[in-house]
Amino acid sequence: MPEDDPTKPIEESAGLSRRDFLKISSISAAAVPILGTKVVQAAGAPVKVYGPGKVPVELTVNGNQYNLQLEPRVTLLDALRDQLNVTGAKRVCDRAECGSCTVLMDGKAVYACAVLAIEAQDKAITTIEGLMQGDKLHPLQQAFVDNDASQCGFCTPGFVVATQAFLAKYPNPSPEDIRRGLSGNLCRCGTYHGIQQAVAQMAQKGS
Amino acid sequence: MPDYSWPDAEHRTLLGKRISRVDSTVKVSGRAKYTYDYRGTNMLFGKIVRSPYARAKIVSIDTGAVEKMPGVKAVEIIQKPGAIVQWTGTEVAAVAAVDESTAEDAVRLIRVQYQRLPHMVSDAEPPAGAAEAAGPMSEDDVWDAVDNQMPDQLFIQYLGEHGISFHADEDLLKGFKGDGASDEVLDAIRKARYHDVKGAPSAYQKAASQTRGDPGKAFAEADAVSEGLYGAFVITHCCLESHGSTAEWPNSDHLFVHISTQNLSGIADQMAEPLGVPAANIRVHQDHIGGGFGSKFAADRWDVTAAKLSRKAGGRPVRMMLERDAELEVAGARPSAYARVKVAAKKDGAITAWQSQSWGTGGPGGGGAPPIPYVFNIPNQHKEHTAIRNNIGPARAWRAPNHPQAAVITMGALDDLAAKLNLDPMNLWLKNLDITGPRQETYREELGIAAELMGWKDKWRPRGQNISDSIARGLGLSLHTWGGRGHESNCDVTLHPDGSVDIKLASQDLGTGTRTAILAVAAETLGIPIEAIHLYIGDTLYPPSGGSGGSSTIGGVSASTRRAAVDAREALFAKVAPALNAQPAGLECLSGTVRVKSDPGRSLSWKQACARLGAVPLTVRGKNPDTSRPPDLTNSGVGGVQMADVEVDIETGVVRVKKMVAVQDCGLIIDLKTAESQCFGALTMGISYALFEEKVMDQITGRMLNPNMQFYRLAGLNDIPELVVHMMTGKGYDERGVIGLGEPPVISPGAAISNAVANAIGVRVPFLPLTPDKVLAALQQKAGA
Repeated sequence: MPEDDPTKPIEESAGLSRRDFLKISSISAAAVPILGTKVVQAAGAPVKVYGPGKVPVELTVNGNQYNLQLEPRVTLLDALRDQLNVTGAKRVCDRAECGSCTVLMDGKAVYACAVLAIEAQDKAITTIEGLMQGDKLHPLQQAFVDNDASQCGFCTPGFVVATQAFLAKYPNPSPEDIRRGLSGNLCRCGTYHGIQQAVAQMAQKGS
Repeated sequence: MPDYSWPDAEHRTLLGKRISRVDSTVKVSGRAKYTYDYRGTNMLFGKIVRSPYARAKIVSIDTGAVEKMPGVKAVEIIQKPGAIVQWTGTEVAAVAAVDESTAEDAVRLIRVQYQRLPHMVSDAEPPAGAAEAAGPMSEDDVWDAVDNQMPDQLFIQYLGEHGISFHADEDLLKGFKGDGASDEVLDAIRKARYHDVKGAPSAYQKAASQTRGDPGKAFAEADAVSEGLYGAFVITHCCLESHGSTAEWPNSDHLFVHISTQNLSGIADQMAEPLGVPAANIRVHQDHIGGGFGSKFAADRWDVTAAKLSRKAGGRPVRMMLERDAELEVAGARPSAYARVKVAAKKDGAITAWQSQSWGTGGPGGGGAPPIPYVFNIPNQHKEHTAIRNNIGPARAWRAPNHPQAAVITMGALDDLAAKLNLDPMNLWLKNLDITGPRQETYREELGIAAELMGWKDKWRPRGQNISDSIARGLGLSLHTWGGRGHESNCDVTLHPDGSVDIKLASQDLGTGTRTAILAVAAETLGIPIEAIHLYIGDTLYPPSGGSGGSSTIGGVSASTRRAAVDAREALFAKVAPALNAQPAGLECLSGTVRVKSDPGRSLSWKQACARLGAVPLTVRGKNPDTSRPPDLTNSGVGGVQMADVEVDIETGVVRVKKMVAVQDCGLIIDLKTAESQCFGALTMGISYALFEEKVMDQITGRMLNPNMQFYRLAGLNDIPELVVHMMTGKGYDERGVIGLGEPPVISPGAAISNAVANAIGVRVPFLPLTPDKVLAALQQKAGA
């Protein structure tokens, strides 16, 4: 076993990252690489096959429509950040663990790092930037300000968006509901106390 | 001379009040631009090839295929063949490509041959007799010390005492310098005595043992002796914004770096030598930073690499931000610390003697001993410490370096001693406050307030006597201390003839509220609203200000801002005094006016007053420290008390914190709201490291097993209970001056929670994090005992 012999040189390349695996597994239905979009039958259902190479992708973000050329492996998060310069959603764990990239897809909170851009077509994407009412803060954003619910602020956009979706579904949450309902987002500075107060303030208002 | 001192309570309009964080709005709206958000024109994406082995010699690197790959614009070899990597994830080579996907594909085409070498990633207790006295530094030791940013003073002292075991020619010294060694260190290496050493140095290095008083006699005469094992595993920083930068060369002589840093003014000097450009030609910029916690002081190897790639690519911006796994593997860890402790007391609870054998690791550099016994200056002591040098990756400063570990070890040992004496630990702590030094009255006051807020007297039960239906409940407490003082800071305040005001300093706001504090001080001094002042930080175009470490930022920037604003105000008074028919000394700034103190009716609006400046704006520079402009506006040395109330499920071993109380002093508070947030945050981070966090290393492969946020677990909202924060203000505190708050409140949570768990279940769980497996093991041991 050469690998166990520490005296013998062995070759090692960078290998396949988890990120690649996520992207590859998402398009595993594309058994035969073809150009452009094609529909194939997979498990009895029609499935669109994209790529390889760049394909046209149409995204609707905060009410604006964008036509992009992206490789199918590009996530919604990277498309937002690197193509559209919509950088409110943050890239932190990049594998659906921390919630910093939370956006709304047809009103539902999703981790944008775990959605491919091609999957987000025909959906209304709302990011933190889309919650603003012109130059005015959304009342929920104001509640975050009032309760000092951000420190470094890197998790804040994800938390605000997740809270928006949470309150839409549970307008009158108990403190216990808030703790559980927002446990899909993580903060490192420790702003949970302020977030809890902010959400409770919104719940009292009956958002 | 103008009076620079802080206004007293009656004359404060802003200081000490609840001020909303000035950058909240941009943060909650997603408009705050972080380094990771910066996108340069024609930006390239950098990716790094990292060593898959914890210790290996690089045999060869073949970049032939990647050089030809379409879309790849630059390739850089970071470690040359022959180099020995000391931890998994070490940077070996890098590429810059037109998009991220191409860059990811490209790094896979770089073929690296390694010769694996034996590694060690354990920090288990050193086997008896394994530890060696400190010896001369090998070449590897020096590289490690440089890479780990060993403080110069310590480095030079070590070289002087122990010498080196290799021949340092000028080429090698140049290499050290390129990696960041200072000229003083290079001189010390040149002068170091050479020792011929055969074989590899031991991984276990013994520090000199320390004895004070007569511990043998004190133990013999004690009424109670408690022995125990305590400690905390290695944890990481896990900044949400990973480390990294975007580098670009506007022309061949000038570099522009956007970097995620706690040390904006210190970056250019670190990059100058390895890149061969004067520091004056390097501009550094950062608007917002997504967390640092002590891990972002350096221009790191990947930052220098980004600049080299950019230069090779004709100056195009290259973004090099770490992936999450690299962030957790290589970008910082808090050293572990463990100790076998014996501590003794008299019947009345007076602590008389301490003995400890401690060990821990800070990675390849070994790492220092925790300051034990902590806070309590026990009269008779004997201490031995062994530093373990291993291949887990480098340590970096983590909020209050070494203090949380020292608190866990010391407060745990004292809590066990209290149990042995059948004493409420509150009483043991109170009994021994006379050996805590100058802040004992602060501790006494804080203990009283904390006990009240926790309901300690009603809730506290002797160990293991509050168990029902498999739920054990307990209380624990801990004390801490920290220094502070203000770092070096320069601040320019400019008053414009149209009444607008701007402030410039090359500082950074880590989310601690630095911007808010600067503006509050300036607004208070000039008598105008915060909104009327434009603040510019985060760019080397502005006057330099220190790195944000050791809780020294608020002291530094508040003092430099105060001095600049007072001088600006005095200059303005001199210009407007004739118009108000008064002496400059008889004027004051208040509520947007400049007016005569003795006759407030005689006044000018701020705008009218500034119009008297003439055609040219007035700029003044304030500094900290500045002995020519007394008094010292900052101070050093705080106390702090924390208490925890926990529930432990004795069937599953799961610990839940039910309530935490933090009582904290920090001299004169500038913004009460963000000060409290620091404490809420510290309690939360403390619960996280007390219960969940551990950098888990695989002994066989030498890799970190949990370099992600699923298995490197941070506390979430559902883990955070009722938190109560009380800030000490008023007489005895305000007049001390400004003291930072980044470190103190994060020191005690682990110790307080550990003590609460021991109180609940009747036995000590030795090490943090207090995960169910460790809790159940402790319970089992108790049952078997």
